[in-house]
Amino acid sequence: MSDYIVLCCILFSLGAFGVLYRRNILVIFMSIELMLNAVNLLLVYFSVLHNDPSGQVFVFFIMAVAAAEITIGLAILVMIYRHLGSINIDNLKKLKW
Amino acid sequence: MMEYVWLIPALPLLGFLLLSLFNKHLPKSVSGYIASGMILGSFLIVLSLLMQAISGNLKPTVVPLFDWITAGNLKLSLSFQLDNLSVWFMSIITGVGFLIHVYSISYMHDDEGVTRYFSYLNLFIFSMLLLVMGSNYVVMFTGWEGVGLCSYLLIGFWFKNQNYNDAAKKAFIMNRIGDLGFLLGMLLIYNQFKSFEFSVIFPQASEIINPNNDSGILFAITMLLFIGAMGKSAQIPLYTWLPDAMAGPTPVSALIHAATMVTAGIYMIARSNVLYSMAPCTLDIIYWVGTSTAILAALIGLTQTDIKKVLAYSTVSQLGFMFMAIGLGGYSAGVFHVTTHAFFKALLFLGAGSVIHAMGGEQDIRKMGGLMKKLPITFITFLIATLAIAGIPPLSGFFSKDAILALAFEANPMKWGLGVFAALLTTFYMFRMLYLTFFGEFRGTEHQKHHLHESPALMTVPLMVLAFFTVVSGFIEIPHVFVHGGDWFSHYLAGANIALPEASHLSGSTEIVLMLVALGLVISVIAATYIIYVSKKTMPASNEADLSGLERLSYNKFYVDEIYDMLIVKPIGALSSFASSIIEKQIIDRFVNLSGRTIEVSGKTIRLIQSGDVNTYAIFMVLGIVVILFINLVL
Repeated sequence: MSDYIVLCCILFSLGAFGVLYRRNILVIFMSIELMLNAVNLLLVYFSVLHNDPSGQVFVFFIMAVAAAEITIGLAILVMIYRHLGSINIDNLKKLKW
Repeated sequence: MMEYVWLIPALPLLGFLLLSLFNKHLPKSVSGYIASGMILGSFLIVLSLLMQAISGNLKPTVVPLFDWITAGNLKLSLSFQLDNLSVWFMSIITGVGFLIHVYSISYMHDDEGVTRYFSYLNLFIFSMLLLVMGSNYVVMFTGWEGVGLCSYLLIGFWFKNQNYNDAAKKAFIMNRIGDLGFLLGMLLIYNQFKSFEFSVIFPQASEIINPNNDSGILFAITMLLFIGAMGKSAQIPLYTWLPDAMAGPTPVSALIHAATMVTAGIYMIARSNVLYSMAPCTLDIIYWVGTSTAILAALIGLTQTDIKKVLAYSTVSQLGFMFMAIGLGGYSAGVFHVTTHAFFKALLFLGAGSVIHAMGGEQDIRKMGGLMKKLPITFITFLIATLAIAGIPPLSGFFSKDAILALAFEANPMKWGLGVFAALLTTFYMFRMLYLTFFGEFRGTEHQKHHLHESPALMTVPLMVLAFFTVVSGFIEIPHVFVHGGDWFSHYLAGANIALPEASHLSGSTEIVLMLVALGLVISVIAATYIIYVSKKTMPASNEADLSGLERLSYNKFYVDEIYDMLIVKPIGALSSFASSIIEKQIIDRFVNLSGRTIEVSGKTIRLIQSGDVNTYAIFMVLGIVVILFINLVL
């Protein structure tokens, strides 16, 4: 049964690694989604495990809110692209000492 | 009557508030009249109390105003002690104070700060009244400090002159030393008696403290209180501020020396006489301090050439006499001398003020002379005061000095000798000053000679009133050899729990012989002075090099100021400059700077982490999460 937990851990780590490693903001976004959904999957799994449906209801809510949130993130991303002409994260380094 | 008692200190306080708050809006000519009016109001109330006291109807009462401090067991009320002693002092303070106010109206009329001057004067009278009227040591202490503050303000009244400021600071600091003693004594009293109230402490003093077993505690209390009195009443070693206090306007000197301030120490000891009577050791010390002050100050007075300086040292010397009396257990004799001294010393100072006024500010007696004809009223009143201070019968000084000398002879003939010696010195310097000022030829400039004039009525009338009291005030206590039962004053004071002096063991003839011997000596000194300064026209040397060794010692005040300067002021100055240049700059400053530098350097280094690179931040975040998880789950 702990296969699900292992799967979720792998997915989460992949997401985290993607956030750290990739330079493309779009890909970073996708990696964040991956992390989020790994956690969602874990919730669903625990919901089945405890025979309690509220975990799955919770996941639906999270997905709905995340979708709205992603829209804002993508809008900001579009603005960045219009401004800089690129979506490489290395170009966003002006806020430093 | 009692319901108006609060007005006595309230009126001068009101005057002070009015004058200081509306300083700019009041015409200068009015302020003196407002201030004098306030004091006159207080004086009239005091006068009705005094009538009551003289007729013997004033029982010692405590008039409470309000609760001041209530904390735990400590209950302090602002209340007034009314008995024969405090009413007596209140009469002197407001009476002589009123005359000095009136005199000041004329003396200070063209000074730019006249309103400020009168507001301080009112505050001074207020503080002194508070000191005398307080029914517990705390109220007394409040007045005690107020008097110190006012003396500072008035001595440094002409604050543009740095010397005057220094004199003011000196007075304040010297007084503070004494005040610390008073404060400690007061706290020790609370520690022993659990109260500050006179009405609680004195009746049961001998029950709570057994004088035989606890003489140490009593000695400490009385000695600490006496240190306070030393500061206020200018005794060795804290007397040096009083001669310097001449920096203030002359009426202020009269106020400080006669009616207020310096009598505070005498009052306080007379008030606490129950405690002092239980501590014979302290009384001995008081006697010796008083005697040595009387003689030392008189010796210094012999060669001074500033008219006010001579008077200042004479005050110190006369205060020594008062403490001499107290040290011999003669509280009523001490208070008696305070009374007569208040009149003749106020008269002398105001007379000196009149002379200085006529001379256009000149204070050096070497430049005066022959003022007798130009200033007749001043001369006559000054002469009366000089005769009184020298102790010529039937003027007041004779009776009060004789009372002290009789006490001294009873204790020990040698003590009588010392007293007479101090009295002779007093006679010498007073007559030296009188002759140099009023007799002989005028030695000032032509310009000054042209301007010599008698002072206006506002100044001469107070002189005449004071002269009247100088003549008559001695008759309140006539030695019993002259009039049986003439000792009215000590019986009057007995109504305020001041022990009657023990019945004199001296036979009438001994006492008369003593008087005649003292009187004969005084008169021969007067004659000798006359020969030296009038017949032979000897002048004090105009520069120091012409003085003989002893004269130079006296002229330079026995170098006491220099010794204090060397022993106390200089070392403290050196310590302070060491503290400021080494401890402050080298140690404390460096420590503070070091911590500042550390923060600065570490900040400069650590801020480099903020690189602006989102990935780096993310890595730190993930690493942080991993560490937290590791700590929580594994450890």
